[in-house]
Amino acid sequence: MTITEKILAAHAGKKQVEPGELINARVDLVLGNDVTAPVAIREFEKIGVEDVFDRERIALVPDHFTPNKDIKSAEQSKILREFAKKYDLPNYFEVGRLGIEHCLLPEQGLVGPGDLVIGADSHTCTYGALGAFSTGVGSTDLAAAMALGETWLKVPESLKFEFEGELGPWVGGKDLILHTIGDIGVDGALYRAMEFTGPAIENLSMDGRFTMCNMAIEAGGKSGIIAPDRITREYVEGRCRWPYKFYTSDADAKYEKVYSYDVSRLEPQVAFPHLPENSRPISEVGVVEIDQVVIGSCTNGRMEDLREAAKVLKGKRVHNNVRLIILPGTPEIYLQAMQEGLIQIFVEAGGAVSTPTCGPCLGGHMGILAAGERCVATTNRNFVGRMGHPESEVYLANPAVAAASAILGRIAGPGEVE
Amino acid sequence: MKLRGKVWKFGSDVDTDAIIPARYLTTFDPRELAEHCMEDADPSFAARVKPGDIIVAGKNFGCGSSREHAPLAIKAAGVSCVIAATFARIFYRNAFNIGLPIFESPEAAAEINEGDEVEVDAATGLITNHTTGKTYRAAPVPPFMQQIIAAGGLIPYVAEKVKKNV
Repeated sequence: MTITEKILAAHAGKKQVEPGELINARVDLVLGNDVTAPVAIREFEKIGVEDVFDRERIALVPDHFTPNKDIKSAEQSKILREFAKKYDLPNYFEVGRLGIEHCLLPEQGLVGPGDLVIGADSHTCTYGALGAFSTGVGSTDLAAAMALGETWLKVPESLKFEFEGELGPWVGGKDLILHTIGDIGVDGALYRAMEFTGPAIENLSMDGRFTMCNMAIEAGGKSGIIAPDRITREYVEGRCRWPYKFYTSDADAKYEKVYSYDVSRLEPQVAFPHLPENSRPISEVGVVEIDQVVIGSCTNGRMEDLREAAKVLKGKRVHNNVRLIILPGTPEIYLQAMQEGLIQIFVEAGGAVSTPTCGPCLGGHMGILAAGERCVATTNRNFVGRMGHPESEVYLANPAVAAASAILGRIAGPGEVE
Repeated sequence: MKLRGKVWKFGSDVDTDAIIPARYLTTFDPRELAEHCMEDADPSFAARVKPGDIIVAGKNFGCGSSREHAPLAIKAAGVSCVIAATFARIFYRNAFNIGLPIFESPEAAAEINEGDEVEVDAATGLITNHTTGKTYRAAPVPPFMQQIIAAGGLIPYVAEKVKKNV
């Protein structure tokens, strides 16, 4: 069996599962945010249960429109706050203590290897980086899981992605996943589990792994997953709140398809509007002048991302025509960045540093684009109107490319500012 | 149940931001969402769509976010069903959970044109294009999904299950 099949079998109380099989699976954690949880809470109250399945295993993170940008978004957050009070949920996170959900929950030890997680947010697939099965669902599925502690799932076929070679400078998880989506397309992994393997993955940091699995959904994937190893163990030890289990795929595990990439010469990638599959190497970008740069999000708002950006920005100034917005993923990351002097580098360079929020990534607030404006973002989607006006444009890239672009006022590789 | 209406045709990879832009996600009132349905794909859609109309699209319809507001907006706009070559998986799940009928048929998605008069027999998955006279057969709905539909959506289905366990 594959690692995905093993985790699903364990949570369905079965010895074995096959792709295509429908199972009822126990969930270790369910999650909702200020966009999806209000609908889930309304539906939950219709089910007729007296309590949630487990008050410790429901995470509510109002991270999308917070600190609340207007009255309507404040009303939405209030629904979460009151629900958390009513059912005494310890893992409701309030402004000041909250981070971007997919940065926050692993950091807080709420997800571990071998867990099964569903979240009413499409980027819930992020936790595959820890060797967990995790996938996005809608609000109604969240409501049912909050009541039952289980969910129905179809066991997905697995696709294996082998990354051979050693990554060059300024190339990381973001570039691996943009390159992969560029190859297979935005529906190339539709309904499938994407298993990332090979030497380049074994040498990839935990933060880089989160970035990769985070964007499995941008290829249509149900989940992304990386077998846990020494790097995973270092991350979860002393952090995870409950026992975890390392699963790995058997040597004779069945894959629908195997993709192999030699990534030793891979350049930083940039995905052009308006789909994440429009990726090309930085050397083939040409001259694209920009108005804004966003560094952050559940894709690239972690410590390593901020360090990369700071390395490029140190002692430099943001271009006159550019607004640079930086959003650390969690309060812990924010503090660490302060202690390392990164926040000072960003502010001295002329960047605006925000409290953790999804904000501009989905065109919510904190950096909306006007008609005709272009933005380089370390986020995950560049759909029409994603970050504001339908006639604005988003280019996806890694934090080093985003930082270099902020300095030069056009899309640029970090090599150009050194 | 027979679903009949005029077709609105869209391309492939219609994402959830096109179906209902995030700037409107500060509410989950279906009527309010319906006013902005498909806004970034066709700004005139919400004002011109008529009850019963059908959306026909290419592959990967509903890709992107998990927002249930997307099928909710389409349903509240009066659209009777969506026919596509394929659906993104979270949208597929959400549509069943909230009771928006959806049908997968690459042939129908390719051949049906904007403005055609189309009828779908929800029980059999038979799609009839009254404009051209052609018929298509949608991929069968998995039996488990049929149980959810029969119960009236996931929540009534779960409520029934909870009642039995008490």
